[in-house]
Amino acid sequence: MTANTSRDEVLRRVRQALGDRPGSTPDPGTIPRTYLTTHADRTPEQSADLLADNLADYRAHVHRTHAAGLPATIAHLLADHGTRNAVVPPGVPADWLSATAGVEIHHDHGELTARTLDTVDTVITGCALAIAETGTIVLDTSPDQGRRILTLVPDHHICVVNTPDQVVDSLPQALPRLTPAHPLTWISGPSATSDIELDRVEGVHGPRTLDVILVGPPSGPR
Amino acid sequence: MSGTYLGLPAFPQAARLSTRDEQLRANLRHATHTIRAKRATAIAELSDWPELRAAGTAIKDHTLHHLDHYLEQLETAVTAAGGTVHWAIDADDANRIVTDLIHATGETEVVKVKSMATQEIGLNEALAEAGINAYETDLAELIVQLGNDRPSHILVPAIHKNRTEIRDIFHTHMAAWGRPAPDDLTDEPRDLAEAARLHLREKFLRAKVAVSGANFMIAETGTMVVLESEGNGRMCLTLPETLISVVGIEKTIPTWRDLEVFLQTLPRSSTAERMNPYTTTWTGTTHGDGPRTFHLVLLDNGRTDTLADTTGRQTLRCIRCSACLNVCPVYERAGGHAYGSPYPGPIGAILTPQLRGTTTALDASLPYASTLCGACYDVCPVAIDIPEVLVHLRERIAQGGPTTRHGTKATIKPAKGHATERAAMRAAAWTLDHPAAWTATQRLATRTRALHPRRVPGRTASAWTATRDLPTVPARTFRDWWQHREPDPKDSQQ
Amino acid sequence: MRVALFVTCVNDLLYPDTGRAVVTLLERLGVDVDFPTAQTCCGQPQFNTGYRHQTEPLVHRYAAAFDGYDYIVTPSGSCAAMVRENYPRIARRATTEGRDNGLTRAAATTAPRTYELTEFLVDILGVTDVGAYFPHTVTYHPSCHGLRTLGLRDRPRRLLQAVRGLELRELPGAEECCGFGGTFAVKNPHVSTAMGHDKIHNALTTGAPILCGADNSCLMHIDGLLRRHHTPLRTVHLADILASTEEHPYTAPEKTGNLR
Repeated sequence: MTANTSRDEVLRRVRQALGDRPGSTPDPGTIPRTYLTTHADRTPEQSADLLADNLADYRAHVHRTHAAGLPATIAHLLADHGTRNAVVPPGVPADWLSATAGVEIHHDHGELTARTLDTVDTVITGCALAIAETGTIVLDTSPDQGRRILTLVPDHHICVVNTPDQVVDSLPQALPRLTPAHPLTWISGPSATSDIELDRVEGVHGPRTLDVILVGPPSGPR
Repeated sequence: MSGTYLGLPAFPQAARLSTRDEQLRANLRHATHTIRAKRATAIAELSDWPELRAAGTAIKDHTLHHLDHYLEQLETAVTAAGGTVHWAIDADDANRIVTDLIHATGETEVVKVKSMATQEIGLNEALAEAGINAYETDLAELIVQLGNDRPSHILVPAIHKNRTEIRDIFHTHMAAWGRPAPDDLTDEPRDLAEAARLHLREKFLRAKVAVSGANFMIAETGTMVVLESEGNGRMCLTLPETLISVVGIEKTIPTWRDLEVFLQTLPRSSTAERMNPYTTTWTGTTHGDGPRTFHLVLLDNGRTDTLADTTGRQTLRCIRCSACLNVCPVYERAGGHAYGSPYPGPIGAILTPQLRGTTTALDASLPYASTLCGACYDVCPVAIDIPEVLVHLRERIAQGGPTTRHGTKATIKPAKGHATERAAMRAAAWTLDHPAAWTATQRLATRTRALHPRRVPGRTASAWTATRDLPTVPARTFRDWWQHREPDPKDSQQ
Repeated sequence: MRVALFVTCVNDLLYPDTGRAVVTLLERLGVDVDFPTAQTCCGQPQFNTGYRHQTEPLVHRYAAAFDGYDYIVTPSGSCAAMVRENYPRIARRATTEGRDNGLTRAAATTAPRTYELTEFLVDILGVTDVGAYFPHTVTYHPSCHGLRTLGLRDRPRRLLQAVRGLELRELPGAEECCGFGGTFAVKNPHVSTAMGHDKIHNALTTGAPILCGADNSCLMHIDGLLRRHHTPLRTVHLADILASTEEHPYTAPEKTGNLR
């Protein structure tokens, strides 16, 4: 069929199928939303702890520090991973990388190809927010997170989460803070599969190692 | 649907073979029981599960009741965001659209994200006929594709294979499709996953076109949502220049906010996780990030016919979590292949006969592939009353009635194969509505009881007595005893 | 309180002892129970096999037979579920097809008065200890329609636990269907048999010599498998256990084996 006839025909069939409906003006207000906004009352510290627990439960490595300790933590993780070269999006603050001597840093300005990134050991990014109840970090391609390809092709992802500002408790709290027009990547632990005998294996195509650094306020070192 | 499924035997015959395959039954039992227990734990974490289930049900019902409105809104939003929307009435229509789009890019290969809709329309086979290689990139789909096999589960399509069988498939077939498996490949899942990673990475890095489905399409924003675990989805949705998504029209939800329900219910019902490792959302195209061209193919293929049936309509709420498969005692023994479609288990038993009709012996046997135990309805995160729809479809097959096929209302005739049963049911109903006749029938049974054999001829009766003894008919019926019992209840000892 | 027994067609013909046990039990608890002889079958086999229209006369028959009783009690979860769940559904469908013929009234007047035996004992009579004596080890299989459609939950087990002399052992995989499923047992005999064998295997692991249930149609399927293989396990309906006392102990029906 031609494009227009298919469109018209599908819509005709839908309308014919719904011949029994009483009215045709949608009112989404009739949907009962009696579910909870969060599943517990938590202090910001408790939310950060829950986030850490849930990330770790799905085999992400969680590290706690404060702003002053962040560069050393990043440097330490790069060394532990044996990283020789890393990529960062353009908006990552320079001081995050102030202790990474010896590691070649690529700054992405939209030109790095998938094949180039396939030779890069580590990517370091921030995030849009993190969700405690599900152990999820969300990236929205803001300047400190960059293009989606950056956090996909390298095998090691270091993600920095500022607490408490970037931590929400739940999905109902997360969605209003996100902009659907931006492409979003929601990450809950490293890449995984259970396709073989339901035996969980970390790492198929996405980064096999996920380090999440929870950065606390200056007054509260952990 | 796909030619892959043409000419398959009816469910009881296929299931007969599965019940004798000890390895298959062990694989399935392990898989379904493991994930069943995990799911129960994941759901127990949410005290408001009934409310989330009610909200998910209401959102889907609301959308379906206004599907024309939301599809047009979706089309407008996707177009405004830089995407192109196509409409496909049936499988041929969709396959032609996708083939033409790929031809226009000049490419002869595509990478694919696991997608139920493209399996349903037999896209891979259609592309192969057009000279286009479609590479499945989900690990399980890769196993199925390399093994020239069919998927047997919605979530874990290769669950009928154990690790040794998978190792052998990789060894034998990977080389013909690209990078071969290492010579020293073991059957450890970690090693098998690594072999898949290396095999597929070269395909991801050179792919110019990807084909996906979607878990949700948001009408108000034009946003597409894909949930996955391995990262192959992200690869396909991010790296190629052209992305073509084939999505059933029932995957529409009205608003961005509605995700707060389904992102809680889908992962926990499906993989039994608080959240799956990766979820990607995209809205049209984004300058400098991801595919430069995005095509959305909205697929009907029997969905509007399903929508026209006021009882069967609830089937379209399905979010393909596969929780119903994992609790189904029939699926556990019969295996996914017996259902003869990409949609096995309880949901397949109601979805396939509605999408394809009930004209083949296989499709007409599916609504009977259930004991109506109700375990599927209990776990369904959008409260599809699967037993209700099963009985409804049985009625359509046994007695015929009004239906809609290809957008046209029709009255179908009772299925031929059920003539004897129909006569027996009519006779039984008459007898049961005439107590004197019923009493006479009972009396005949009790008086001739000494003559009843343990095994009896006739297809229906022997289906019982092949494995089971018939109950012994007692000397007196209950009503006989009641009518002759002593008036004083104290004497009414057994 | 006018109470009627709906014995069900399966029990009437094949398991009359279960019906007698219900009468004995209810009378022992002071209930004056009647048996309206106009009753036949709830129509479940017809309805579940796809013969909704053939079921409609049986809805009328049920309503007429049990007219005027405060409670209709039946020793079958699936027959109770048929009346409570499907009679209103049959009436709704008939209405949308423009031929109600009193079905709505028939469904509305019977569904709320129909009780499965354990519901009637626990919820209406308010008893869990019915004064029974049954000195055996028992495992309990909750049939699907009682478990899920009616939501009987722990009522049957509470009743069993209060029986003197009875030791109740938990059945592994208790909530899994036994594989009967009405006409499923003959339309899909291989899967049905496989499910039944798994149920029996689980029951045998408990070491209990008796598998108790509250639906004789499920027990008929299980018992048929047991007898074919001479497996040392007996099926007994819950009502038979609850009716059993020291003075009048349970005796197995003829030809289906001896307890002692």
